[in-house]
Amino acid sequence: MPKPENVLCPSPAGLYCEPGDFYVDPVRPVARAVITHGHSDHARSGHGTVLATEETLAIMAERYGENFAQKTEVLRYGETVSRSGVDVTLVPAGHILGSAQAVVRAKGFTVVVSGDYKRRKDATCAAFEPVPCDVFVTEATFGIPVFCFPEDGDEIARLTKSLAQFPERTHMVGAYSLGKAQRVIMLLRAAGYDRTIHVHGSVEGLNALYERFGVKLGAIEPATVDKSKKKDFAGAVVIAPPSAIDDKWSRRFNDPLPAFASGWMRVRARARQRQVELPLVISDHADWNELTTTIKEVAPGEVWITHGGEDALLRWSELNGIKARALSLVGYDDDEGEGQVASRGEAAG
Amino acid sequence: MRAFASLLDRLAFTPQRNGKLVLMRDYMRDTPDPERGWTLAALTGGLAFDAAKPAFIRKAVESRMDAQLFALSYDYVGDLAETVALVWPRKPGANREPELSEVVDALSSATRAQVQKLLEGWLDALDADGRWALLKLLTGGLRVGVSARLAKQALAEMGGVAVSDIEEVWHGQHAPYEDLFAWLERRSDKPSAESPGRFRPVMLAQAIDEEKDFANYDAADYAAEWKWDGIRVQAVSERGEKRLYSRTGDDIGKSFPDVLDFLNFEGVIDGELLILREGHVESFGDLQQRLNRKAADAKLIAKYPAGIRAYDLLLDGEEDLRTLPFRERRARLEVFVRQAASPRIDLSPLQPFESWEELARLRAHPPEGDAALAEGLMLKRWDSIYEAGRPKGPWFKWKRDPHLIDAVLMYAQRGHGKRSGYYSDYTFGVWREDANGDRALTPVGKAYFGFTDEELKRIDKFVRDNTVDRFGPVRVVKASKDFGLVFEVAFEGLQRSTRHKSGVAMRFPRINRLRWDKPAREADELSTLEKMLD
Ligand SMILES: [Zn+2]
Ligand SMILES: [Zn+2]
Repeated sequence: MPKPENVLCPSPAGLYCEPGDFYVDPVRPVARAVITHGHSDHARSGHGTVLATEETLAIMAERYGENFAQKTEVLRYGETVSRSGVDVTLVPAGHILGSAQAVVRAKGFTVVVSGDYKRRKDATCAAFEPVPCDVFVTEATFGIPVFCFPEDGDEIARLTKSLAQFPERTHMVGAYSLGKAQRVIMLLRAAGYDRTIHVHGSVEGLNALYERFGVKLGAIEPATVDKSKKKDFAGAVVIAPPSAIDDKWSRRFNDPLPAFASGWMRVRARARQRQVELPLVISDHADWNELTTTIKEVAPGEVWITHGGEDALLRWSELNGIKARALSLVGYDDDEGEGQVASRGEAAG
Repeated sequence: MRAFASLLDRLAFTPQRNGKLVLMRDYMRDTPDPERGWTLAALTGGLAFDAAKPAFIRKAVESRMDAQLFALSYDYVGDLAETVALVWPRKPGANREPELSEVVDALSSATRAQVQKLLEGWLDALDADGRWALLKLLTGGLRVGVSARLAKQALAEMGGVAVSDIEEVWHGQHAPYEDLFAWLERRSDKPSAESPGRFRPVMLAQAIDEEKDFANYDAADYAAEWKWDGIRVQAVSERGEKRLYSRTGDDIGKSFPDVLDFLNFEGVIDGELLILREGHVESFGDLQQRLNRKAADAKLIAKYPAGIRAYDLLLDGEEDLRTLPFRERRARLEVFVRQAASPRIDLSPLQPFESWEELARLRAHPPEGDAALAEGLMLKRWDSIYEAGRPKGPWFKWKRDPHLIDAVLMYAQRGHGKRSGYYSDYTFGVWREDANGDRALTPVGKAYFGFTDEELKRIDKFVRDNTVDRFGPVRVVKASKDFGLVFEVAFEGLQRSTRHKSGVAMRFPRINRLRWDKPAREADELSTLEKMLD
C-alpha cells in the first residue's frame, strides 16, 4: 500500500519526490528543484532546473545573478504542472513576495510543503491559502507557546511614537533585507508615515524589485552619510540588516536608537542580548497561534515539522490527537535576523 | 494599565538617563489622574505588593494550559513572570482591561483568596505587556532602572520647576499625588511643605578648580573641614516626627533604626552617616554592610554601629536657620550637638588653617586618626547662607588625589546611546600568581569613562582587531605578558570584596591615561593593590 513517504520523503539534500524526481527547497545543488521562496536558506544557486513563482525567480536572479540555474520554469499561483503522474501546484504562503506552498499530488495523496508562512495581513505579498491535505509539512520557527505576536499596527505605533518622543535620534531599524525590510516600510506607510525612509545598500536592489512587482514603497533614499551631514538623519528612519545595526556602520548616524523588527523580540532576554532599545515584534513567520490554528484548519492526516521548535508542536499535536513527526531537516536558518545577513555582495560572491 | 505597561517596557530597554527622563516626562504629561499618580508611586518605590507568590502563579497558569507545554516555555524564557505573561491563553470577550488604579484599589481591600481570583481575571483581560507589568508589580519585582530621584527629575521637567521644589513638598504628598500634579499643571498653588518631618532640599558643593579658584578666593573667607566618606544625610526630629533622609530626599530610616532612635533633639541636622565605633570613623566598606538592606537586624547593628557626624544645622527648635550665615549656624550647631548629647551624633570638627598652601599640605598629609580616612576637604564660606542646589562659590569640595594603577584591558562591551556602536565598557585586570606559580591576569574593575572620543575610537579598533573570544555581548580581548593594552586607572578607594574574584573592589574607577607605550608585563601586581586597601 502506498504511503505519503512514497510521494515526498526527507533526504540529506532536502525533501525529495521520487516519482517526480525533484526536491523541494534543496540545501545542495540538484537536477530539479521546486523553490518555495527567495530566502537564501530555501533558494540556493546551482540547480539544474528551478520551478518557482515569477517573483521568486526574480529574487534569485537579483541575489545570485541571471545564471543561478541552468533552466527556470515559471509557475503562477494556482496553476498546476504535471510530470510522470505528479501534479505540482503553487499556492500563496503569505511569507514574503512570491512565497508559495508547494502542493504535491501523487498516488492519491496530497502533500503540502508550506515553506515559511504566516497568516496575518501583509501588503507586500499574497495571503496564505489553506489547502486540505493528507500531509502538512510545516515550519515551526516560532513553535513554542511564548511566541504569540501582537498586532503589527501596535508595534509600528511604538516606532512612530518613539520618533515623536526622540526627534533628534536616528531610529535604526534592523530588518532582514528580503521581505521584512519592505514589510516594515509598508507598515510605516499604512500608519501614515510619509517621510523619506533611508535604507542600507543591501536593501536597495530588493526594494527596486518589489516596486517592479507593484509594491509601492514611497520615498526611499540610500542611507549614505557622505553626501549629507550627520544631522540630516536626526529623527529619520534607517532600515538596515540586523548585523549592520550592531556594527561600525551605524555610528555614522546621529545618536542612533537601535530597534529590531523580529519575532525573536517577543522574549526580553533576546532583545537585551542584542542591546536593542526598541524591540519590535514583527515577524514573517507564523506565531504559535497561527501554527496551531493553521494545522487545525488544513486538518491533515499527518503533520511533518521541518525546522524550529518541534518539541512543543509535537506535544500540542499529541494533546489534539493529530499524528505528527519531526523531520529535523538541516540547513534551514530562520530569516528573522538571528543568523546570517544576506547582502547582495555576499550572496553573489 | 496599557500606558503604564508600555512605559515600563520602554524604560527597561532604555539605558540612557536622558531617554528615561523623556519617557517619564511624556507619560506624566499625557496620562490622566489617578493613573499617573499610582505609576509615580510604583516608580518611586512607594507601591510595593507581595500579593502573588511564584507557586500560586505557576498553579494558575497550569490550570489553563498543559504542564508540559508550560515547562517547555519556562525553560526557554527563564523568567517565571515573563513566561506566564507570554503564554497566558487568550480569552476573547474577557473583561475590560483594568486600570492600574483599579488594581491598587482592589488589592488594598482584598483577602488573599480574593486576590487569586482577581489576578486571573486581570490576566485574562490584559495583553502580554500588561500581564508582564502586572505580574512584576504583584511579585514586587519591578526593576526598570529608575531611581526615585530620576522620577522626581522627570516630574520637575514636566512641570518646569526645580527638582528641589519637588523634593521639598514630596513628603507632604501621598499617592496618587493629585495635588502635586495640579500644581505642576498650574491648576493650583504649590502644595504646602509645612508638614513636620519633611525633607529640606540640601546644599551641595562644587568641585574646586585648583588652577583658578584659589587665586580668586581668599583663604580667610572660608572654613575647612574634612570630607567624610560616608553618605550625606538629613536627620529630622520635628514635633514627634523622626526621619532620616538621603541627600535626594529618600527616607532611609528603616535601614538605620539605631540612629533614628537617638535623634533626641528638636530640629534638623545636616551631616554624614558613618559607621562610628567609640567615636572613630570606620571605612566606607563597613558602611556598605548596612546600605541597601531593607531592614537592619540587631546583630548587624551591633557589628556595624552607625552614627551621624554633624556639620550643619537647618532648624533649631522651630527656628529656621537657613538664611543665617554659616558662621552663625556653625556656632549654633556646636551648642546644639553638645546639648543633645546623643550617643550616635557627634560634631564634624573644623580644621584650622592660615593659607591655601597650608591646607594643601594638610590635604596631602592628613593628621593621624579619622582625617586619614577622609575623602578630602570641604571649604565653606563663613558668610554663606544655606541654599538648595549647587551654587558656585560658597561651598567647595577638594578631594584627595586618586590612587593610580596600571592595568591591562581584558574584556570589552558595547556602550549605549551615542556610544552604542563602540566598545566602550572595559574590564581591566592586574597580574597575580596563580596556583602553578604562573603570572595571570585577574580582573579588578570596570570603567566606562575617562577617555576622549578620539581615544575611544582607537580603543574600539584595538578591541575589534584583537578579539579572541565572545560571550554574548562581551568580547574577550587579547592580553598576555607580551601583548595588551595598558590603562592607567584612577580610583578613589579600595575595599575588600567577596563578590569579586580578585578580592578587592574599587570605588569610582575611571581611565586616567592610555598607556599604548607600556608593555603589558609591566602593569601592576595584585599585591600592589592590596597595599592600598582602606
Ligand atoms: Zn523564509
Ligand atoms: Zn526558512
